[in-house]
Amino acid sequence: MNSRKDLLTIRALSDEDIRTILDSASAMKELLTKSVKKVPVLKGKSVLTLFYEPSTRTHSSFEVAAKRLSADVTSFTVSQSSVVKGESVHDTIDTLQAMKMDYIIVRHKNSGIPAVIARHTRASVVNAGDGAHAHPSQAFLDAFTIREKYGSIAGRRVVIVGDILHSRVARSTSLILKRLGAEVAYLGPGSLVPLERHTGIPRFTHFDDAFSWRPDVIYLLRVQNERMDSPFFPNAREYHRVYGVTEERLKRISDLDLAIMHPGPVNRGVELCDLAMEYRNCLVNKQVENGVAARMSILYHLTPHTRQV
Amino acid sequence: MSDSSDIILDKGGIALALDEMAARIAASRAPEPLALVGLLSRGDIVARRLASRLEASGREALCGAIDISLYRDDMFNLENRPALRSSDLPFSTDGMRLVLVDDVLFTGRTVRAALNAVFDYGRPARVELACLIDRGGRELPVRADYVGLTLNDPARPVKLSLEETDGVDRVISAPLQP
Repeated sequence: MNSRKDLLTIRALSDEDIRTILDSASAMKELLTKSVKKVPVLKGKSVLTLFYEPSTRTHSSFEVAAKRLSADVTSFTVSQSSVVKGESVHDTIDTLQAMKMDYIIVRHKNSGIPAVIARHTRASVVNAGDGAHAHPSQAFLDAFTIREKYGSIAGRRVVIVGDILHSRVARSTSLILKRLGAEVAYLGPGSLVPLERHTGIPRFTHFDDAFSWRPDVIYLLRVQNERMDSPFFPNAREYHRVYGVTEERLKRISDLDLAIMHPGPVNRGVELCDLAMEYRNCLVNKQVENGVAARMSILYHLTPHTRQV
Repeated sequence: MSDSSDIILDKGGIALALDEMAARIAASRAPEPLALVGLLSRGDIVARRLASRLEASGREALCGAIDISLYRDDMFNLENRPALRSSDLPFSTDGMRLVLVDDVLFTGRTVRAALNAVFDYGRPARVELACLIDRGGRELPVRADYVGLTLNDPARPVKLSLEETDGVDRVISAPLQP
Protein backbone atom coordinates (compact mmCIF):
# COMPACT_ATOMS: atom_id res chain seq x y z
CA MET A 1 0.00 0.00 0.00
CA ASN A 2 1.33 3.41 -0.94
CA SER A 3 2.27 5.87 1.74
CA ARG A 4 -0.82 7.19 3.50
CA LYS A 5 -0.65 9.14 6.74
CA ASP A 6 -4.22 8.97 8.00
CA LEU A 7 -7.34 6.85 7.89
CA LEU A 8 -10.29 9.23 8.11
CA THR A 9 -12.89 7.76 5.75
CA ILE A 10 -13.37 4.76 3.51
CA ARG A 11 -14.06 7.13 0.64
CA ALA A 12 -10.48 8.43 0.69
CA LEU A 13 -9.03 4.96 0.06
CA SER A 14 -8.31 3.36 -3.28
CA ASP A 15 -9.67 -0.10 -4.04
CA GLU A 16 -6.14 -1.40 -3.76
CA ASP A 17 -5.72 0.17 -0.30
CA ILE A 18 -8.92 -1.53 0.86
CA ARG A 19 -7.83 -4.93 -0.42
CA THR A 20 -4.34 -4.58 1.03
CA ILE A 21 -5.66 -3.74 4.50
CA LEU A 22 -8.10 -6.67 4.37
CA ASP A 23 -5.41 -9.10 3.19
CA SER A 24 -3.02 -8.05 5.93
CA ALA A 25 -5.83 -8.38 8.48
CA SER A 26 -6.01 -12.10 7.61
CA ALA A 27 -2.29 -12.47 8.28
CA MET A 28 -2.67 -10.49 11.52
CA LYS A 29 -5.42 -12.82 12.66
CA GLU A 30 -3.14 -15.81 12.14
CA LEU A 31 -0.57 -14.32 14.49
CA LEU A 32 -2.92 -15.29 17.30
CA THR A 33 -2.13 -18.95 16.66
CA LYS A 34 1.52 -18.45 17.66
CA SER A 35 2.79 -19.06 21.17
CA VAL A 36 3.91 -15.41 21.28
CA LYS A 37 0.95 -13.33 20.15
CA LYS A 38 2.89 -10.17 19.60
CA VAL A 39 5.12 -8.82 16.85
CA PRO A 40 7.84 -6.17 17.17
CA VAL A 41 6.93 -4.03 14.15
CA LEU A 42 5.91 -0.90 16.13
CA LYS A 43 8.41 -1.34 18.97
CA GLY A 44 9.27 2.05 20.46
CA LYS A 45 6.41 3.81 18.65
CA SER A 46 3.72 5.58 20.61
CA VAL A 47 -0.01 5.36 20.12
CA LEU A 48 -2.42 7.76 21.79
CA THR A 49 -6.10 7.02 22.13
CA LEU A 50 -8.09 10.23 22.29
CA PHE A 51 -11.73 9.50 22.97
CA TYR A 52 -14.03 12.47 23.43
CA GLU A 53 -16.98 10.09 23.41
CA PRO A 54 -17.29 7.02 25.59
CA SER A 55 -16.55 3.70 23.92
CA THR A 56 -15.48 0.47 25.52
CA ARG A 57 -15.16 -1.82 22.54
CA THR A 58 -13.52 0.35 19.94
CA HIS A 59 -11.20 1.82 22.53
CA SER A 60 -10.01 -1.50 23.93
CA SER A 61 -9.86 -3.05 20.47
CA PHE A 62 -7.46 -0.35 19.27
CA GLU A 63 -5.50 -0.66 22.48
CA VAL A 64 -5.08 -4.43 22.12
CA ALA A 65 -4.19 -4.02 18.42
CA ALA A 66 -1.49 -1.45 19.17
CA LYS A 67 -0.04 -3.57 21.98
CA ARG A 68 0.10 -6.69 19.78
CA LEU A 69 2.26 -4.63 17.42
CA SER A 70 4.50 -3.73 20.41
CA ALA A 71 3.61 -0.02 20.45
CA ASP A 72 3.36 1.94 23.70
CA VAL A 73 -0.23 3.02 24.29
CA THR A 74 -1.38 6.05 26.21
CA SER A 75 -5.01 6.87 26.84
CA PHE A 76 -6.01 10.49 26.87
CA THR A 77 -9.49 10.46 28.32
CA VAL A 78 -11.22 13.72 27.79
CA SER A 79 -14.03 14.33 30.20
CA GLN A 80 -17.16 15.19 28.36
CA SER A 81 -18.01 18.21 30.45
CA SER A 82 -14.67 19.96 30.19
CA VAL A 83 -14.73 19.96 26.44
CA VAL A 84 -16.40 22.77 24.63
CA LYS A 85 -15.75 21.92 21.00
CA GLY A 86 -13.66 24.03 18.61
CA GLU A 87 -11.15 25.97 20.63
CA SER A 88 -10.32 23.17 23.02
CA VAL A 89 -9.55 20.76 20.19
CA HIS A 90 -6.87 23.14 18.94
CA ASP A 91 -5.40 23.33 22.41
CA THR A 92 -5.37 19.57 22.54
CA ILE A 93 -3.59 19.37 19.18
CA ASP A 94 -0.79 21.57 20.54
CA THR A 95 -0.48 19.27 23.52
CA LEU A 96 -0.37 16.20 21.29
CA GLN A 97 2.31 17.71 19.08
CA ALA A 98 4.42 18.33 22.15
CA MET A 99 4.03 14.69 23.23
CA LYS A 100 5.53 13.46 19.93
CA MET A 101 3.01 10.71 19.33
CA ASP A 102 3.32 8.55 16.22
CA TYR A 103 -0.32 7.46 15.97
CA ILE A 104 -3.47 9.12 17.33
CA ILE A 105 -6.78 7.29 17.48
CA VAL A 106 -9.63 9.80 17.71
CA ARG A 107 -13.29 9.54 18.49
CA HIS A 108 -15.40 12.70 18.68
CA LYS A 109 -19.10 13.45 18.63
CA ASN A 110 -18.62 16.07 15.94
CA SER A 111 -17.97 15.11 12.33
CA GLY A 112 -14.65 16.27 10.94
CA ILE A 113 -12.68 16.65 14.17
CA PRO A 114 -10.28 13.76 13.33
CA ALA A 115 -9.59 15.44 9.98
CA VAL A 116 -8.78 18.72 11.74
CA ILE A 117 -6.37 16.95 14.07
CA ALA A 118 -4.83 15.06 11.13
CA ARG A 119 -4.09 18.31 9.30
CA HIS A 120 -2.24 19.76 12.27
CA THR A 121 -0.11 16.89 13.41
CA ARG A 122 2.66 14.78 11.93
CA ALA A 123 1.23 11.70 13.61
CA SER A 124 -0.96 9.26 11.74
CA VAL A 125 -4.58 9.86 12.73
CA VAL A 126 -7.17 7.09 12.72
CA ASN A 127 -10.80 8.11 12.86
CA ALA A 128 -12.44 5.87 15.46
CA GLY A 129 -15.84 7.42 14.81
CA ASP A 130 -16.80 11.06 14.30
CA GLY A 131 -20.41 12.12 14.71
CA ALA A 132 -22.68 10.66 12.04
CA HIS A 133 -19.85 10.90 9.54
CA ALA A 134 -17.53 7.87 9.42
CA HIS A 135 -16.22 4.85 11.32
CA PRO A 136 -13.73 3.27 8.91
CA SER A 137 -12.19 0.69 11.24
CA GLN A 138 -15.68 -0.71 11.89
CA ALA A 139 -16.18 -0.91 8.13
CA PHE A 140 -12.98 -2.93 7.77
CA LEU A 141 -13.86 -5.39 10.50
CA ASP A 142 -17.35 -5.82 9.05
CA ALA A 143 -16.02 -6.44 5.53
CA PHE A 144 -13.39 -8.80 6.93
CA THR A 145 -16.02 -10.76 8.88
CA ILE A 146 -18.24 -11.14 5.81
CA ARG A 147 -15.29 -12.19 3.65
CA GLU A 148 -14.23 -14.72 6.26
CA LYS A 149 -17.75 -16.16 6.47
CA TYR A 150 -18.46 -16.37 2.73
CA GLY A 151 -15.01 -16.44 1.14
CA SER A 152 -15.70 -13.29 -0.83
CA ILE A 153 -17.81 -10.16 -0.61
CA ALA A 154 -18.77 -9.56 -4.23
CA GLY A 155 -22.40 -10.47 -4.92
CA ARG A 156 -23.38 -10.79 -1.24
CA ARG A 157 -26.49 -8.93 -0.11
CA VAL A 158 -26.49 -7.08 3.19
CA VAL A 159 -29.49 -5.31 4.66
CA ILE A 160 -28.65 -2.71 7.30
CA VAL A 161 -31.41 -2.15 9.83
CA GLY A 162 -32.09 0.87 12.04
CA ASP A 163 -31.49 4.60 12.23
CA ILE A 164 -29.44 4.88 9.05
CA LEU A 165 -29.52 8.66 8.92
CA HIS A 166 -27.59 9.17 12.16
CA SER A 167 -25.29 6.18 11.83
CA ARG A 168 -21.61 6.48 10.93
CA VAL A 169 -21.47 2.68 10.97
CA ALA A 170 -24.15 2.43 8.28
CA ARG A 171 -22.36 5.03 6.20
CA SER A 172 -18.85 3.54 6.34
CA THR A 173 -19.87 -0.10 6.24
CA SER A 174 -22.23 0.26 3.30
CA LEU A 175 -19.54 2.21 1.46
CA ILE A 176 -16.85 -0.44 1.89
CA LEU A 177 -19.23 -3.29 1.07
CA LYS A 178 -20.37 -1.60 -2.14
CA ARG A 179 -16.78 -0.88 -3.11
CA LEU A 180 -16.07 -4.59 -2.72
CA GLY A 181 -18.99 -5.55 -4.93
CA ALA A 182 -21.68 -6.38 -2.35
CA GLU A 183 -25.25 -5.13 -2.61
CA VAL A 184 -26.59 -3.12 0.30
CA ALA A 185 -30.16 -2.21 1.29
CA TYR A 186 -31.52 -0.17 4.20
CA LEU A 187 -34.43 -1.03 6.48
CA GLY A 188 -35.78 1.36 9.08
CA PRO A 189 -38.37 3.96 9.99
CA GLY A 190 -39.09 6.08 6.92
CA SER A 191 -37.93 9.27 8.60
CA LEU A 192 -34.56 7.73 9.52
CA VAL A 193 -33.57 6.16 6.20
CA PRO A 194 -32.25 8.33 3.37
CA LEU A 195 -34.11 8.23 0.05
CA GLU A 196 -32.89 5.82 -2.58
CA ARG A 197 -32.51 8.61 -5.10
CA HIS A 198 -29.93 10.23 -2.82
CA THR A 199 -27.89 7.15 -2.05
CA GLY A 200 -28.62 4.63 -4.81
CA ILE A 201 -29.34 2.17 -2.00
CA PRO A 202 -32.77 0.49 -1.95
CA ARG A 203 -34.77 1.15 1.20
CA PHE A 204 -37.44 -0.82 2.96
CA THR A 205 -39.72 0.07 5.81
CA HIS A 206 -41.01 -3.45 6.50
CA PHE A 207 -38.93 -6.42 7.52
CA ASP A 208 -40.90 -8.71 5.20
CA ASP A 209 -39.92 -6.61 2.20
CA ALA A 210 -36.29 -6.86 3.27
CA PHE A 211 -36.61 -10.67 3.47
CA SER A 212 -38.09 -10.71 -0.03
CA TRP A 213 -34.96 -8.93 -1.28
CA ARG A 214 -33.09 -12.19 -0.43
CA PRO A 215 -30.27 -10.88 1.72
CA ASP A 216 -27.35 -12.96 3.01
CA VAL A 217 -26.69 -10.83 6.08
CA ILE A 218 -28.99 -8.90 8.42
CA TYR A 219 -26.89 -6.11 9.96
CA LEU A 220 -28.60 -4.46 12.92
CA LEU A 221 -27.47 -1.03 14.07
CA ARG A 222 -27.37 -0.23 17.74
CA VAL A 223 -30.28 1.85 18.97
CA GLN A 224 -28.87 4.93 20.67
CA ASN A 225 -30.70 5.36 23.93
CA GLU A 226 -30.56 9.12 23.69
CA ARG A 227 -32.67 8.94 20.53
CA MET A 228 -35.25 6.74 22.14
CA ASP A 229 -37.36 9.67 23.28
CA SER A 230 -37.15 11.60 20.07
CA PRO A 231 -40.47 12.05 18.30
CA PHE A 232 -39.27 10.08 15.25
CA PHE A 233 -38.40 7.03 17.26
CA PRO A 234 -40.66 4.32 18.62
CA ASN A 235 -40.08 3.04 22.18
CA ALA A 236 -37.88 -0.01 22.80
CA ARG A 237 -40.66 -2.57 22.77
CA GLU A 238 -42.21 -1.13 19.65
CA TYR A 239 -38.79 -0.96 17.96
CA HIS A 240 -38.12 -4.63 18.73
CA ARG A 241 -41.51 -5.63 17.33
CA VAL A 242 -41.03 -3.73 14.05
CA TYR A 243 -37.26 -3.64 13.41
CA GLY A 244 -35.74 -6.12 15.83
CA VAL A 245 -34.84 -9.78 15.41
CA THR A 246 -37.71 -11.28 17.38
CA GLU A 247 -37.85 -15.00 18.08
CA GLU A 248 -40.30 -15.34 15.22
CA ARG A 249 -37.98 -13.54 12.78
CA LEU A 250 -35.02 -15.51 14.10
CA LYS A 251 -36.74 -18.69 13.00
CA ARG A 252 -37.12 -17.29 9.52
CA ILE A 253 -33.49 -16.10 9.50
CA SER A 254 -32.41 -19.58 10.58
CA ASP A 255 -34.55 -21.29 7.92
CA LEU A 256 -33.02 -19.05 5.26
CA ASP A 257 -29.55 -19.60 6.81
CA LEU A 258 -28.85 -15.83 6.98
CA ALA A 259 -26.08 -14.30 9.09
CA ILE A 260 -26.68 -11.70 11.80
CA MET A 261 -24.26 -8.86 12.49
CA HIS A 262 -24.26 -5.95 14.93
CA PRO A 263 -21.53 -3.42 15.78
CA GLY A 264 -22.15 -3.84 19.52
CA PRO A 265 -22.85 -3.44 22.28
CA VAL A 266 -26.18 -5.18 21.69
CA ASN A 267 -29.31 -3.95 23.47
CA ARG A 268 -30.85 -7.33 24.17
CA GLY A 269 -34.56 -7.31 23.63
CA VAL A 270 -34.31 -4.27 21.36
CA GLU A 271 -32.24 -5.06 18.25
CA LEU A 272 -31.84 -8.75 19.06
CA CYS A 273 -33.73 -11.22 21.21
CA ASP A 274 -31.65 -13.33 23.62
CA LEU A 275 -31.90 -16.40 21.41
CA ALA A 276 -30.42 -14.52 18.46
CA MET A 277 -27.16 -14.15 20.35
CA GLU A 278 -26.89 -17.97 20.49
CA TYR A 279 -27.81 -18.41 16.82
CA ARG A 280 -25.24 -20.39 14.82
CA ASN A 281 -24.78 -17.63 12.23
CA CYS A 282 -24.67 -14.78 14.72
CA LEU A 283 -21.34 -13.14 13.88
CA VAL A 284 -21.32 -10.53 16.67
CA ASN A 285 -18.47 -12.14 18.61
CA LYS A 286 -16.53 -12.79 15.42
CA GLN A 287 -16.81 -9.07 14.68
CA VAL A 288 -15.21 -8.24 18.02
CA GLU A 289 -12.43 -10.78 17.45
CA ASN A 290 -11.80 -9.55 13.91
CA GLY A 291 -11.80 -5.94 15.09
CA VAL A 292 -8.36 -6.43 16.65
CA ALA A 293 -6.88 -7.95 13.47
CA ALA A 294 -8.42 -5.25 11.27
CA ARG A 295 -7.07 -2.48 13.51
CA MET A 296 -3.61 -4.09 13.62
CA SER A 297 -3.63 -4.04 9.85
CA ILE A 298 -4.74 -0.39 9.72
CA LEU A 299 -1.98 0.71 12.10
CA TYR A 300 0.58 -1.32 10.19
CA HIS A 301 -0.28 0.24 6.85
CA LEU A 302 -0.32 3.90 7.88
CA THR A 303 2.85 5.94 7.58
CA PRO A 304 3.28 8.66 10.22
CA HIS A 305 5.28 11.72 9.23
CA THR A 306 7.12 11.57 12.53
CA ARG A 307 10.09 9.71 11.15
CA GLN A 308 12.17 12.64 9.92
CA VAL A 309 11.84 14.58 13.16
CA MET B 1 17.45 -6.94 -20.83
CA SER B 2 20.74 -5.22 -21.51
CA ASP B 3 23.69 -7.03 -23.05
CA SER B 4 25.81 -6.96 -19.96
CA SER B 5 23.28 -9.06 -17.99
CA ASP B 6 24.61 -12.59 -17.60
CA ILE B 7 22.66 -15.73 -17.01
CA ILE B 8 24.71 -17.35 -14.27
CA LEU B 9 22.38 -20.29 -13.63
CA ASP B 10 19.81 -21.78 -15.96
CA LYS B 11 17.11 -24.35 -15.22
CA GLY B 12 19.57 -27.22 -15.16
CA GLY B 13 22.01 -25.29 -13.01
CA ILE B 14 19.35 -24.46 -10.43
CA ALA B 15 18.19 -28.09 -10.33
CA LEU B 16 21.75 -29.27 -9.78
CA ALA B 17 22.35 -26.74 -7.03
CA LEU B 18 19.14 -27.81 -5.27
CA ASP B 19 20.06 -31.50 -5.59
CA GLU B 20 23.34 -30.84 -3.90
CA MET B 21 21.82 -28.72 -1.13
CA ALA B 22 19.18 -31.38 -0.43
CA ALA B 23 21.85 -34.08 -0.31
CA ARG B 24 23.88 -32.11 2.22
CA ILE B 25 20.81 -31.38 4.38
CA ALA B 26 19.97 -35.11 4.34
CA ALA B 27 23.57 -36.11 5.10
CA SER B 28 23.63 -34.16 8.35
CA ARG B 29 23.65 -36.48 11.33
CA ALA B 30 21.26 -34.28 13.30
CA PRO B 31 18.64 -36.67 14.71
CA GLU B 32 15.75 -34.28 15.32
CA PRO B 33 12.66 -34.27 13.13
CA LEU B 34 13.38 -32.01 10.18
CA ALA B 35 11.33 -29.05 8.95
CA LEU B 36 12.08 -26.62 6.15
CA VAL B 37 10.78 -23.09 6.70
CA GLY B 38 10.75 -20.88 3.62
CA LEU B 39 10.91 -17.10 3.95
CA LEU B 40 8.13 -15.47 1.89
CA SER B 41 8.17 -14.83 -0.86
CA ARG B 42 10.39 -17.12 -3.01
CA GLY B 43 12.09 -18.80 -0.07
CA ASP B 44 8.93 -20.87 0.30
CA ILE B 45 9.28 -22.09 -3.29
CA VAL B 46 12.91 -23.08 -2.76
CA ALA B 47 11.89 -24.83 0.48
CA ARG B 48 9.18 -26.85 -1.27
CA ARG B 49 11.61 -27.93 -3.97
CA LEU B 50 14.15 -29.01 -1.37
CA ALA B 51 11.45 -30.87 0.57
CA SER B 52 10.36 -32.85 -2.47
CA ARG B 53 13.99 -33.81 -3.16
CA LEU B 54 14.43 -34.92 0.45
CA GLU B 55 11.25 -36.96 0.23
CA ALA B 56 12.37 -38.56 -3.01
CA SER B 57 15.49 -39.71 -1.19
CA GLY B 58 13.41 -41.17 1.62
CA ARG B 59 14.03 -38.39 4.15
CA GLU B 60 10.87 -36.98 5.66
CA ALA B 61 10.74 -33.21 5.97
CA LEU B 62 7.88 -30.96 7.06
CA CYS B 63 7.53 -27.77 5.10
CA GLY B 64 6.25 -24.34 6.16
CA ALA B 65 6.54 -20.66 5.25
CA ILE B 66 6.73 -17.45 7.22
CA ASP B 67 6.35 -13.78 6.34
CA ILE B 68 9.00 -11.86 8.26
CA SER B 69 7.76 -8.33 7.41
CA LEU B 70 6.60 -7.68 10.97
CA TYR B 71 10.09 -8.48 12.26
CA ARG B 72 12.09 -6.33 9.86
CA ASP B 73 14.19 -3.57 11.37
CA ASP B 74 13.34 -1.05 8.66
CA MET B 75 9.56 -1.46 8.38
CA PHE B 76 8.67 1.81 10.06
CA ASN B 77 10.75 3.69 7.52
CA LEU B 78 9.28 2.04 4.45
CA GLU B 79 7.02 4.24 2.36
CA ASN B 80 5.24 1.38 0.70
CA ARG B 81 4.14 -1.59 2.76
CA PRO B 82 2.86 -4.52 0.73
CA ALA B 83 0.04 -6.67 2.08
CA LEU B 84 1.26 -9.22 4.60
CA ARG B 85 1.18 -12.78 3.47
CA SER B 86 -0.17 -15.44 5.74
CA SER B 87 2.50 -17.47 7.42
CA ASP B 88 1.89 -21.19 7.24
CA LEU B 89 3.63 -23.19 9.92
CA PRO B 90 1.20 -26.05 10.48
CA PHE B 91 3.32 -27.88 13.05
CA SER B 92 4.90 -27.26 16.40
CA THR B 93 8.52 -26.15 16.10
CA ASP B 94 9.39 -27.33 19.61
CA GLY B 95 12.35 -29.69 19.50
CA MET B 96 12.58 -29.58 15.71
CA ARG B 97 15.62 -29.19 13.50
CA LEU B 98 14.54 -26.18 11.43
CA VAL B 99 16.22 -25.21 8.21
CA LEU B 100 15.37 -21.64 7.24
CA VAL B 101 15.30 -21.38 3.46
CA ASP B 102 15.73 -18.20 1.45
CA ASP B 103 16.39 -17.53 -2.20
CA VAL B 104 19.19 -14.96 -2.01
CA LEU B 105 21.34 -14.24 1.05
CA PHE B 106 22.66 -10.68 1.10
CA THR B 107 22.93 -8.42 4.17
CA GLY B 108 21.70 -11.05 6.63
CA ARG B 109 18.97 -8.77 7.98
CA THR B 110 16.17 -10.97 6.67
CA VAL B 111 17.72 -13.94 8.45
CA ARG B 112 17.98 -11.95 11.68
CA ALA B 113 14.26 -11.12 11.37
CA ALA B 114 13.43 -14.75 10.55
CA LEU B 115 15.24 -16.02 13.66
CA ASN B 116 13.15 -13.71 15.83
CA ALA B 117 10.02 -14.78 14.00
CA VAL B 118 10.52 -18.54 14.37
CA PHE B 119 11.28 -18.27 18.06
CA ASP B 120 7.84 -16.69 18.54
CA TYR B 121 6.36 -19.96 17.31
CA GLY B 122 8.22 -22.20 19.73
CA ARG B 123 11.63 -23.52 20.72
CA PRO B 124 13.34 -25.45 17.95
CA ALA B 125 16.23 -27.71 18.99
CA ARG B 126 18.43 -26.33 16.25
CA VAL B 127 18.17 -23.79 13.43
CA GLU B 128 20.16 -23.91 10.20
CA LEU B 129 20.15 -21.75 7.09
CA ALA B 130 19.93 -22.74 3.43
CA CYS B 131 20.17 -20.23 0.56
CA LEU B 132 20.13 -20.88 -3.14
CA ILE B 133 22.45 -17.95 -3.78
CA ASP B 134 24.88 -16.20 -1.46
CA ARG B 135 25.75 -12.86 -3.03
CA GLY B 136 27.97 -11.66 -0.16
CA GLY B 137 27.56 -8.19 1.31
CA ARG B 138 26.81 -9.27 4.87
CA GLU B 139 26.06 -6.56 7.45
CA LEU B 140 25.44 -9.01 10.29
CA PRO B 141 27.30 -12.06 11.61
CA VAL B 142 25.21 -14.53 9.61
CA ARG B 143 26.38 -17.41 7.44
CA ALA B 144 24.51 -20.12 5.57
CA ASP B 145 24.93 -23.83 6.27
CA TYR B 146 23.82 -24.85 2.79
CA VAL B 147 24.46 -22.70 -0.29
CA GLY B 148 23.67 -23.46 -3.93
CA LEU B 149 25.94 -20.88 -5.48
CA THR B 150 28.33 -18.34 -3.98
CA LEU B 151 28.99 -15.06 -5.79
CA ASN B 152 31.86 -12.77 -5.02
CA ASP B 153 30.64 -9.34 -6.09
CA PRO B 154 28.13 -8.00 -3.55
CA ALA B 155 27.73 -4.74 -5.48
CA ARG B 156 26.30 -6.55 -8.46
CA PRO B 157 22.54 -7.16 -8.13
CA VAL B 158 21.25 -10.68 -8.65
CA LYS B 159 17.84 -11.51 -10.03
CA LEU B 160 16.38 -14.94 -9.42
CA SER B 161 13.39 -16.08 -11.47
CA LEU B 162 11.47 -19.21 -10.55
CA GLU B 163 8.96 -21.07 -12.68
CA GLU B 164 6.24 -20.89 -10.03
CA THR B 165 6.19 -17.08 -9.98
CA ASP B 166 8.06 -15.91 -13.08
CA GLY B 167 7.50 -18.70 -15.58
CA VAL B 168 11.16 -19.55 -15.94
CA ASP B 169 14.03 -20.87 -13.80
CA ARG B 170 16.98 -18.54 -14.14
CA VAL B 171 19.52 -16.55 -12.16
CA ILE B 172 20.71 -13.34 -13.77
CA SER B 173 23.57 -11.20 -12.62
CA ALA B 174 22.41 -7.67 -13.47
CA PRO B 175 24.86 -5.05 -14.73
CA LEU B 176 26.48 -2.74 -12.23
CA GLN B 177 24.64 0.52 -11.75
CA PRO B 178 26.58 3.28 -13.55
